[in-house]
Amino acid sequence: MTDIEITPKPTPVLTRQGMWGSGPGDVSGFGGISRPIVRHVRASRPFGSWFDEVADKLESLVPGLADEVNTEHGELTFYIPRERLLEVVRACRDDAYLRFETCQSVSGVHYPDEEGAELHVVYHLLSMTHNRRIRLEVTAPDDDPFIPSVTGVYPHTDWHERETWDMFGIVFDDHPALTRILMPDDWDGHPQRKDYALGGIPVEFKGAQVPPPDQRRSY
Amino acid sequence: MSEERQDESLHVSVDTPAKSVPTEYLTQGGDFDEIVAAAREKGDETIVINMGPQHPSTHGVLRLEVELDGETVTSIRPGIGFLHTGIEKSMEFRTWSQCSTYVTRMDYVMPMFNETAYALAVEKAMGIEVPQRAQILRVLVMELNRIASHLVAIGTGGMELGALTVMTIGFREREMILDFFESLCGTRMNHAYVRPGGVSIDLPDDGLARLRTVIEWLHKHLPEYAGFCNENPIFKGRMCDVATLTLSQAMALGVTGPPLRATGYAWDLRKKQPYSGYEDYDFEVPTWDTCDAYGRFRVRLQEMWESLKIVEQCYDKLESTAGQPHMVEDAKIAMPGALTLGSDGQGNSFPHVKEVMGQSMEALIHHFKLVTEGFSVPAGQAYQAIESPKGELGCHVVSDGGTQPYRVHFRDPGFHHLQSVPTLCEGGMLSDVVVAVASLDPVLGGVDR
Repeated sequence: MTDIEITPKPTPVLTRQGMWGSGPGDVSGFGGISRPIVRHVRASRPFGSWFDEVADKLESLVPGLADEVNTEHGELTFYIPRERLLEVVRACRDDAYLRFETCQSVSGVHYPDEEGAELHVVYHLLSMTHNRRIRLEVTAPDDDPFIPSVTGVYPHTDWHERETWDMFGIVFDDHPALTRILMPDDWDGHPQRKDYALGGIPVEFKGAQVPPPDQRRSY
Repeated sequence: MSEERQDESLHVSVDTPAKSVPTEYLTQGGDFDEIVAAAREKGDETIVINMGPQHPSTHGVLRLEVELDGETVTSIRPGIGFLHTGIEKSMEFRTWSQCSTYVTRMDYVMPMFNETAYALAVEKAMGIEVPQRAQILRVLVMELNRIASHLVAIGTGGMELGALTVMTIGFREREMILDFFESLCGTRMNHAYVRPGGVSIDLPDDGLARLRTVIEWLHKHLPEYAGFCNENPIFKGRMCDVATLTLSQAMALGVTGPPLRATGYAWDLRKKQPYSGYEDYDFEVPTWDTCDAYGRFRVRLQEMWESLKIVEQCYDKLESTAGQPHMVEDAKIAMPGALTLGSDGQGNSFPHVKEVMGQSMEALIHHFKLVTEGFSVPAGQAYQAIESPKGELGCHVVSDGGTQPYRVHFRDPGFHHLQSVPTLCEGGMLSDVVVAVASLDPVLGGVDR
């Protein structure tokens, strides 16, 4: 693993064309509309409200991380390279000023189009002392799907990480028992990944047939 | 098995030299005779029991692998996933509005909370706020649902202790609430009532009168639970000092909801991080200080009264906001409106059909676009946590700018809390396992999603 982890950059990953999705049949003139989709927009200082204080504190404890920040929808997100995740969560839990006692949720997201950072893990930390929430986002490439487990810091993320392994195939290093939790033990594949088909059969009506949900027209 | 071998296995003396025996027994099966013989030879009293997934006291399909020494639990491991239906995956192929019919089926005992958590998360990602009356209706159905959910928790928990009356009266009161939901939106459960943008339908004409009936009924019957249980010596004998979880344990395990409040910590997201206008309601956050199953029961009991207080305040607010919109006024988001409950139980509205088919081309376009395509949510992500009857219910939505969710994840309190079952049960009696699981109130539909 190199020192510098590839983090998702706020570049357009997708461009939506027209008003009715792509394909023929749109004669409305709306086909000229082009909307770039930008993910993981980085915010610049000042972040507003208590965000700056938390970012400063985190910067003083774990230098070099507090600028990769997203503040959309009034929520504070830190983009963390995976090598430094444990350092960050330990600081978040132990520092009296940060004091995020619990990690309430861990969820995975699969972005097949973000090369080198296809797999994301999103942690939602909650500080009951200060009544704050932050989000940490960590990435790993598809061909090296390893992320350190935070169960040593937050024991209650045990099942959440098992679920994320089960659904996305992300391996949490040093997890005490990383086994499947929702799917059967002998299941093939990881269902929440975007390259895993939903499956389904066409719905039959008299004289008509509706294709399964993943083959229907979407916008 | 040959007669000779059987004979041998029945007469094991202490002098028999110890053979190598497996130290662990598989719950998957095997030759029972061999297992018995090996256990007899080993001489310890460890019994492995596979409790569930079809056990009636496991609140659905929860499997508990229990190791017992006599009647004492030495190890317990919950196994889940038997009710996994891939709801989160299916949602990625539906429009944002259609998804409310999926989330309502997760934890089917608190459907209104699933819907509201989802709707609030989507609204946060869109940056919209719903009208006041929609917020009041959401609070109303959530608090009624909280009472119904606590009634199920107390009722089924009581039934597992043998207090069958608590269950029968619990379901009687719950039925009154479900009847109200049915008159409101057409279904007893799986409502899809709370949707991104507001609620699907306003109160019916006789809605307030029906609500008054429910409030009066609950006022009359809620005291019965305290009368049956609070000082009942058998009930207290089964519940007090059982399944204890202290505040520091609760913090280490990230436990929220009644188990946390039973340690004396008044953490309630309705007060701490208000949503849907909860800051405008007057209610208390009940706590208890015994950290045990009895404390969780008392917290739930008291919370029902607080919910009833909120419901009464909703009654007044609904009276004063009659006629105001129950959906955002943006025609590009609000589902084609003014649907009424027809005599066939369907939601067709003839004035609306008349409008879109005969009068307004624009209304027809909006209707068509919303039904076929849905609205789009700007790219980004949002997390919304609400205080469900069981604890923090979180919804994490990710959009890539399309009309379908890119990813939705639910942080179900039951999923999180079942991790603490070993802490609650190990070292206790087998009979207390049932009490411990009931005091966490997991619903496996939500746990497995």
